[in-house]
Parts: sequence; C-alpha cells; structure tokens
Amino acid sequence: MPGILNMSRDGIGYIVVMAVGVCLVCSVFVSGAAVYLKPLQNVNKAADRQSNILEVAGLMEPGIDVRQRFDERIDTKIVEIETGEYVESIDPEDFEQQEAARDPEMSVKVPREEDIAGIKQRSRYAEVYLVKGNGDEIESIILPVHGYGLWSTMYGFIALEPDANTVQGLKFYQQGETPGLGAEVENPKWRDLWPGKLVYGPEGEPQIRVIKGSVSEGTPNSEYKVDGLSGATITSRGVSNMLEYWMGERGFQPFLKRIRQGSLTAAK
Amino acid sequence: MASQAWKVTTDPLFNNNPIALQILGICSALAVTSQLATSLLMCAALTAVVAFSNLFISMIRNYIPSSIRIIVQMTIIASLVIVVDQILKAFAYDLAKQLSVFVGLIITNCIVMGRAEAFAMKEPPGLSFLDGIGNGLGYSLILVVVGTIRELFGSGSLLGYQIMPLVKDGGWYVANGMMLLPPSAFFIIGFFIWALRAWKTEQVEKADYQIHQVHRTEVI
Repeated sequence: MPGILNMSRDGIGYIVVMAVGVCLVCSVFVSGAAVYLKPLQNVNKAADRQSNILEVAGLMEPGIDVRQRFDERIDTKIVEIETGEYVESIDPEDFEQQEAARDPEMSVKVPREEDIAGIKQRSRYAEVYLVKGNGDEIESIILPVHGYGLWSTMYGFIALEPDANTVQGLKFYQQGETPGLGAEVENPKWRDLWPGKLVYGPEGEPQIRVIKGSVSEGTPNSEYKVDGLSGATITSRGVSNMLEYWMGERGFQPFLKRIRQGSLTAAK
Repeated sequence: MASQAWKVTTDPLFNNNPIALQILGICSALAVTSQLATSLLMCAALTAVVAFSNLFISMIRNYIPSSIRIIVQMTIIASLVIVVDQILKAFAYDLAKQLSVFVGLIITNCIVMGRAEAFAMKEPPGLSFLDGIGNGLGYSLILVVVGTIRELFGSGSLLGYQIMPLVKDGGWYVANGMMLLPPSAFFIIGFFIWALRAWKTEQVEKADYQIHQVHRTEVI
C-alpha cells in the first residue's frame, strides 16, 4: 500500500488502483449491510403481507395486532394449482410463491400462447387464505394473483365470497407502474369499484374485465366490468389479463370448482 | 478550534441554510413534507448521509485523484444511501415505504454533493463530520417547519395525532387540501426565506438591475 501512495497522483495506474479500491470497500460495506439486515426485513415483509391480506378481507382496523388477528381468522393453505387440491406436505411457513416460481422443481413454464398475463414461469403451488367466520364456515377466499402491467409485474390479492364467484376486493401490494397513472391500481377509490362484481359468466368461464372508459347503468353485462384507469390503458389491460389467467382453468378455476362443490372446507 | 466547530455546526441553521440561502435540496423538501413523520425520517436519513459522506470523503481526501474525485464522492454517497435505505427497511418499514424513491434520491441531493465538494475535500475529518451534521440540521429545520405546517393545516393532525378535529369526522376544522399537495411547500419555503431575510438582512441578494426612476418631465 505505501508503494501505491507514493505513486504520482495523476498517473493512470494510481487512478485505476484508487477507483478499484474505493469500489471494493464500498461494495463490501453495502453487501454486508444488506446480508446482515435481511432477516429483519423479511419479518417486516411478512407482516406487511399479512396486513395486506387482512385489508383485502376487510378485517383490517387501525391499532389491531396484525399477527394475532391473522392467526385467529385466517387459515393458510397450500394448493396445487393444476388439480385444485390442498397439499399437506408443504409447510406454509416455508413457502414463498415468488421464490417457488424460480425453483425448477416447484414451477412450470407457462407456454407462450397461454401466457396472457406475462408471467413466464409459474409456481405449481400457491398459498391461498381462507377467512373463517365465528364457526368454521368460510367467509371469504383470498387468492394471490400476479401479472405484467406496463413496466412491472404487479402482485396482488383477490378476495372472493364463499360462492367462489363474487368479488369482495382486489388489492395490489407490489407494483412499479407509473405513479399517478398505472400506480392508481392502489387507489382506494378504484379498489372500491370491485366488490360485488362477478368473475364467472353463466358458462363458467372467467368474464371479468377492466374496460376502457367507465361502466354506466346502460353498459351490458356491467356486473363483469370495472372502469379502466384513465391514462393507463396497458396497466388496465394487464389487470384484465391477469384475472383472466388466474381465474381461468390454468389458474385457480379447478380449486374454486372444488370449493363450490363443497369438497374443500376450512376445517379440512 | 472549539469555536470553529461550533460555528461549522450552527452556521447552516440560519446564517447559511442549505435550503433557504443556497436553495439546494428543494425537490425532496416538496415531496416528503405532507406529513411530519415522513419529514423527520427524511431529515434523519439525510443528516446521517451528509455527515458520514463528509467524514469518509475527508478521511481519504488527500488520496483522491482530482480527475475522478466526483465519481469517487458519488460512490461513497451512493453506498451510504443504500445502507440507510436498508436500515430503514429493517427498522421503519411502513414509513420507508411511504418515502419510497426519495431515500434513494438522496444520492442526487445537491446538499450532499455540495458539502463533499466544498467542504470535505479541504477540511479534516472531524470538522467535516460536524459540517455534515450542521447542514443536515439546517435542512431538517426547514423540513420540520414545512412538515408541521402542512400536516397541521392539511390534515388537522401532528405525527398522526388529531389536533384539530375535521369536519368530515364531526369536528370544526375544514382541512386545507392544498397543503397536502407539493406546491404548498413552495409557498411555505418562500415565506420562510422571506422571514429569514427580513431578520438577517445581509442575506438579501443585490438586485441584478435597478428599476429606472422615471421623472414626470421625462415622460412628456
């Protein structure tokens, strides 16, 4: 090191050594902080996820203990998406759908012609949440959905009534759309348009769409349609495609069919 | 030495305020001040970054080749900002989410670069650290004032506690919606600068030109 310090300050060798040195020290510092703080951040992320689930289920109130309310009211289940059956061999505590989608053993490639939501690789399993009433009956079914908007993959939850058809709410918790336009998918006013809409048409195929413009009394089939976000056509289309995929037969339709037949209940 | 340290730390509060006199760092002052809590968090984040970037840059100031000094400063500042962002995500997740990109944008905050270039490249580490703290506090002073006014008049609350009950909740105060929008911070900062310069008249800039006095006879 002293040899380097004696080099000419303007020589190209000294400049390169100094630049590399600063970068090395800084990168060690940054990655050290990132690795050391990761566990704490994960705890926060999990709590944030739980409060999002409570919110989409309408159970979120200011000042409650999120964890406690979550454990009390919500049953977490792992579902095999293809068959729609519960999987007992995976512990929900260890399951992370975003990670599973990257794991070759846990995921499947989505063929391009089917990939309307732009998700490319999909986990074979999904974590679903069943909200229990005071008895053991299910009050709502919360399903994770994600798909590509304009700039980013949007992650959210959709809550359905026990009829597995009527929407209770839709909430995105992670997205990178244009602030003020596409990012309005998080706007509470827009989210208020969702409750009461129907997902499946009479033939049993997903009908729900985000349309261009707004839904009025005269719009035909308005029960399946939600106002588009103004200035965010592509994000709106992304939300539409995402729901079409996840509510369709490659998504959660097999699982929802089973729920409707009453073969899957919260109490196993 | 002690008096110099004191001067370096307190001068940026009123005599040489980075926002009010140097007009730096306005962007984040507009963006994060709609609530007092986010303002305070931003102040703490910025003060930490300026202080430590000044410290580290000053420690290696004699070894930084002048041809790459700006990029070396940027590397150090950027690393500190990432670390601060990571710490916030670990300990103040909800507030950090509200601050979103603005923590990351501390990298481009002119105050940080300005102090690194103008002070830390010339002065010893201890004094540079204090200069960073001082400038951070000067920035914080404005943010706290703006944040307090905006939250109090925009939502009738301070730090989330309702002080003036809103009409929509059955109270008497009609919230001033403009206070929640970024332009209101412009006005408040403007009034702050006005008040400061009325008090410390030496901060008033000389006019670039003089308005010509027209006499009646000339008009005719």
